[in-house]
Amino acid sequence: MPLADVPAILILVGVAAYIVFAGADFGAGLWYLLAGRGPRGRPVRDFSYHAMAPVWEANHVWLIFVLVVTWTAYPTAFGSIASTLAVPLFIAAVGIILRGTTYALRSGAAADRDTEGATGFVFGASSILTPFALGTVIGGIAAGEVPVGNAAGDLATSWLNPTSVVIGVLAVATSGYLAAVYLAGDARREEQPDLARAFRARAMAMGLIAGILAVAGLVVLRADARGLFDDLTSGAGLGAVLVSAAAGLATLGLVRSERYEPARVSAALAVAAIVAGWGIAQRPDLLPGLTIEEGAAGHSTLVALLVSIAAGLVVLIPSLMLLYGLVLRGRFDATASVAVEQSPPRPARVRRPPVIASGALLLAGAPLTLFGEGVLLAIGVLALVLFVAMSALALLQPEALGERSSREGSRP
Amino acid sequence: MRQERRSRQSGSSSVKVLSIVIDLVAHYASTLIAAALAPVEQDHLLQARQMQALSFAVHIPLVCFGIAFPSMVLLVEALYVRTGDELYRTLAKRWSKVMIALFAVGVVTGTILSFELGLLWPNFMATFGDVFGLAFGLEGFSFFIEAIFIAIYVYSWDRISPRRHLLCGIPVVVAGITGSLFVISVNAWMNRPSGFRLDHGRAVDVEPWRALFGNAHLWPELTHMYFAGFIVTGFAVAAVYAWGWLKGRRGRYERVALAVPLTIAALAAPVQLVIGDWIARRITEDQPTKLAALEGLGPTTKGADLHVLGWYEDGEVRYGIAFPDGLALLAKHDPNATIQGLEAVPAQDRPPVNVVRVAFQTMVGIGTLMAALGVVHLFTWFRRRRFVESRWFLLGVVAAGPLSVVALVAGWVTTEVGRQPWVVYGVMRTSEAVTGAGGIPVGYATLVIVYAGLGGAVAWILLRLSRRPLDVRDEPPPILESHAPR
Repeated sequence: MPLADVPAILILVGVAAYIVFAGADFGAGLWYLLAGRGPRGRPVRDFSYHAMAPVWEANHVWLIFVLVVTWTAYPTAFGSIASTLAVPLFIAAVGIILRGTTYALRSGAAADRDTEGATGFVFGASSILTPFALGTVIGGIAAGEVPVGNAAGDLATSWLNPTSVVIGVLAVATSGYLAAVYLAGDARREEQPDLARAFRARAMAMGLIAGILAVAGLVVLRADARGLFDDLTSGAGLGAVLVSAAAGLATLGLVRSERYEPARVSAALAVAAIVAGWGIAQRPDLLPGLTIEEGAAGHSTLVALLVSIAAGLVVLIPSLMLLYGLVLRGRFDATASVAVEQSPPRPARVRRPPVIASGALLLAGAPLTLFGEGVLLAIGVLALVLFVAMSALALLQPEALGERSSREGSRP
Repeated sequence: MRQERRSRQSGSSSVKVLSIVIDLVAHYASTLIAAALAPVEQDHLLQARQMQALSFAVHIPLVCFGIAFPSMVLLVEALYVRTGDELYRTLAKRWSKVMIALFAVGVVTGTILSFELGLLWPNFMATFGDVFGLAFGLEGFSFFIEAIFIAIYVYSWDRISPRRHLLCGIPVVVAGITGSLFVISVNAWMNRPSGFRLDHGRAVDVEPWRALFGNAHLWPELTHMYFAGFIVTGFAVAAVYAWGWLKGRRGRYERVALAVPLTIAALAAPVQLVIGDWIARRITEDQPTKLAALEGLGPTTKGADLHVLGWYEDGEVRYGIAFPDGLALLAKHDPNATIQGLEAVPAQDRPPVNVVRVAFQTMVGIGTLMAALGVVHLFTWFRRRRFVESRWFLLGVVAAGPLSVVALVAGWVTTEVGRQPWVVYGVMRTSEAVTGAGGIPVGYATLVIVYAGLGGAVAWILLRLSRRPLDVRDEPPPILESHAPR
């Protein structure tokens, strides 16, 4: 495989991961909104929110990953896409701000009911708006509506065309479907059978809707983006579509029989397969008239990018597994048994603050930084950084913090 | 090739030669450059710049909390692990709630910035994305680690042992450092571009590692920002508790909550003056026009003066207080040194002088006051283990909270507006980078409204969090007393 293709595959992996992980977060917002106001919908609303709270930031990073790999590896395509599809990208960005803000608001709220009403509506609405807008972006690119150039395409029809709209709606439905599957599993783990039933019903319904939309989408594609349709209904593209359809159907069956853990996997497979199908259909072009080979960055940039992604993954994968492991084992659940282990009180050892060492660092660091060059300068800066760190630790010892003069304690 | 020549300029070479080279590069580049996407007419360039500036101004204070707050929270939690005193645990836990709320807002405002890079400056990205994009890739991973461990840290209080909990916070601190390293490396590259060659408007022979991390501009800029992070976070948190202290909330809990951020900021603020000198010398070498704009120096002058306050007009500073040879001393540590003036470059290559000058003076002025405040506190705390017993001092700390943010933003205005009209210094003009898409005013207005809502939301969150009752297990009576429901 040519080196230039590798980042494209990573981008598709990132897109699939974003849909599978963050898509479920967006879907939770959809269910939050659809649960309606008032006390009857409260359990669904609270559960939708809480299940996603610890993971949404990490899930969100996949989008950043997709953006940075695209602009590093295929800068010309990125500039063309960002300028022509500025409107849906801006809408998605605003949706992301609003949504993140509501999460932050919730963390500040004493009780969940404080943030219902308007905040809840913003949370739900932005959870629908964002995947729709991002779906139209994919549709615009896939349908070849983005020419090479600075805002060279039409600002409106590049994303308000039948293909884009269908993919946007499908993105919302897929999000809702994934969320319902995950939430049903979470509810069962937390032993909340009512909620598990509620989300199972939602998963079944949304799975059917997503399936119907997918078939309808193919019909629209046939009329609106014939090239894309042909690539998806022949050869490897057809294979990907069939795998996706089969995995989607299997997920429905698994949800029906309440086997949620394998359902998570097959739902993710259905998403990954259709994203792969998009990649296959898109090849060898990034944009009309710009192949992956032509649009790719130079060799040294690609190598540097791939090396740093490989190094990053070595750190990232265990960290992600730790987080998802904690979540899936229910360690963050509200109902989790809390094993409080306290640090036993013990007298703090009195340590003499390293006054002389700190002073020496300052006296050496300041002149070296002011007048030094090269290595001496570097040593000077390092000494100053150490001075701050060491002095902070020395001045903030427990015995210093614990002391309290009688005057301070009194009120004026 | 031209770039290589510039980047090889070592510290010892004369600034004059460098400035001539930069001139040549600038003129040559501005006539020859045909960027990857053709430059366009954009009627709303100024709005696009303001929109980007607004987004930075909203995001940057949150970055400070990302850099510095985790260390403060961990320091307090480490005190709990060491002493077993519940008070420290309560404080660290409360601060961690603030930390994750601000992190969430930082995540979304940071996302807007990465969107805007493409939405507003597609030609910048299309031409140079392959030169600096790598840094954002690395920053993406750093951000991933931060998001993962901040979630584990905040959601696992009481669910894992105190020591393991403390360990989970360490990746958050490290990611705060690496994240700022990677992002600043891009800004440093924009200030001192190297590691590529332009060929028909496309960057070729790209050496991304050297462009980003082999750049002399990176280290002072990073250190300056890192210290700013601790100063802003320290004074912002201290301001809250100093206000409480004035109002008579002076329990043991409040004493710790004020001492930790105040002492850290007080240590960082004076040192920042020395770091500031370092970056000023770097700018003298890399961007003589920016240095000239900081002072408002028209003609190239031997032993140039420094003016405090005043206004730049017709090539000189009027109504300012002059310090003879001050600029020469500041920039080159030599009262007889020659400083290149604004007039060395054509008018269209100069930044808006008064914006840069006022921003610079604001930053330095506030920074100096904060350093003085810090020294006073350190002296009293070191000698007597108490705060300065003066109402004025406490009011000063309260003021230092918002003022530190003003200084921070002023500092970024200094460096960003000071680089104008270039987005990549001497290589690509901001007007060549901008999008050809319409609707910038609509986007700008939308963003203003959204950020106003965001600001209101953040204020509400912080107020709510501060009013939550303390949940100290086995609280000592004085705390209960001082924190009884108001």
